[in-house]
Amino acid sequence: MAQLPVRIILPSTAKKGDIIEIKTLIQHAMETGYRRDDVGKPIPRDIITTFAVTYGGVEVFKADFNQGVAANPYVAFTTIATESGELVFTWLDERGAATIERRKVTVS
Amino acid sequence: MAPQQSKYAPSRRKVIASGLAVTTASLLHSPTRAEVEELTKTIFEITRGALPRYGRVKLTLPELAENGNLVSLLVNVDSPMTTDDYVKTIYILSEKNPLVIVARFHLTPRAGRARVRSNIRLATTQQVVALAEMSDGTFWQGGSSVIVTLAACIDGG
Amino acid sequence: MRYKLGICVFVGVLTGADVAAQQRPATPLPGSVFQSPEARAMQSDDTSNPAMLWVEKGRSLWTKSDGATGKSCASCHGDLQTVMKGVAARYPLVDQKSKTLMNIEGRINNCRTDHQQAPPLPYESNELLSLTSAITYQSRGDVRLVGIDGAAEPFFTQGRALFEQRQGQLNLACVQCHDGQVGRKLRGDTVSQGQTHGWPAYRLEWQSMGSLHRRIRSCSIGVRAEVLPYGAPSYLALELYLAWRGGSLPMESPGVRR
Repeated sequence: MAQLPVRIILPSTAKKGDIIEIKTLIQHAMETGYRRDDVGKPIPRDIITTFAVTYGGVEVFKADFNQGVAANPYVAFTTIATESGELVFTWLDERGAATIERRKVTVS
Repeated sequence: MAPQQSKYAPSRRKVIASGLAVTTASLLHSPTRAEVEELTKTIFEITRGALPRYGRVKLTLPELAENGNLVSLLVNVDSPMTTDDYVKTIYILSEKNPLVIVARFHLTPRAGRARVRSNIRLATTQQVVALAEMSDGTFWQGGSSVIVTLAACIDGG
Repeated sequence: MRYKLGICVFVGVLTGADVAAQQRPATPLPGSVFQSPEARAMQSDDTSNPAMLWVEKGRSLWTKSDGATGKSCASCHGDLQTVMKGVAARYPLVDQKSKTLMNIEGRINNCRTDHQQAPPLPYESNELLSLTSAITYQSRGDVRLVGIDGAAEPFFTQGRALFEQRQGQLNLACVQCHDGQVGRKLRGDTVSQGQTHGWPAYRLEWQSMGSLHRRIRSCSIGVRAEVLPYGAPSYLALELYLAWRGGSLPMESPGVRR
């Protein structure tokens, strides 16, 4: 899996101790494995299974997905702005292929 | 530009087949004991036999979803989110999806608050449960029911 | 039926009114009005609208070199946000060189073959949807204004005729639902005016972004009519008529639809 299109919304600056909301989207069909193609052949399941976020190297959020998560998975969560640093967002599909994105946040 | 026939073009066969699938699904999907038991079984597997308490968990879903492919979800758990007292995991569980567990969200005290939004799929009208595992080992649950309709103007007919 | 038709024609002649003007809804309503509150909220919030994934991908494709010339869209046009502002609101239009009716998809592929010397992108491919979405997004909020005179007139007339023509096994014309039954229920749907200013749009049924032609094909399926290929001249003519029919409605793509 090549790097998939993602969209990450977070403030680039924050005050120390603020709770910031981070919104994420990734382009993925989240194929359930229940559908069939035009000739009746089952379409194999193909989903993103995990989404993890580290902040300054520490994991601050993680999600496990099943096929019940809608296509183009959207997750919004919160984290406390503790320090200026890098957030690393990693999505893994069930074959282990990763999409990784980094964002910086400046905390004053 | 040459007009292209896309792979998305539904064949006549697919159109008929999906129409049948919808009809069959709606006939089959009255609540069954097995489905309720499956949800209960999963809850007790997660809690390792403990009975979850009702409260502290607020699950917000639309009362009516026009299409089960995308249902917006908001879950809020009442917790101070301190190092001694926080929400460890939120489980999103469905009564009638083919797979009970939809998603798990793992939190830490660094979340500041226990609030997660996402979009889920719902196979049909059903009860959805959010089950929260606290740092003290207790489980709390909240639920919401959603009526899932299917629009008329769909490619399947 | 014949009697009613007679009255329509008679009134038209009597008042000397522009027949076309009478066929535009008195109050054009955007497609979003007919969606659920949740879908409307999603459309109006760019931070949660899944369609923005395509817009963002399109932005990056805009600056990507392609074809034998190694040019990107930006090589000729410059900054997407600046130069494409309001452009999609004027499409479809008649291309001066080929004298054919072109929508945004057609224009992108025309640029690819003529200027980039790259193969055209297939309709509904992720790349074409992304570029179309990114370009159309630059016109959000702009009033739609398409030309229907001069070279465009025959296409417009063809489009209007298609809108009013009964078709398919259900023997229904577009106008019968999207004019005569607006706001009424069709099973779980609320019948809309069939306005197209929100397209390309993210459709929950498709779980993806899709083009206007894909949506029109759904209508063709719905009335059990012949489903035409993407980019078919008839669909293009209909696209022009529909763009005009929206009157002064602002562009709202990328929309979120059920």
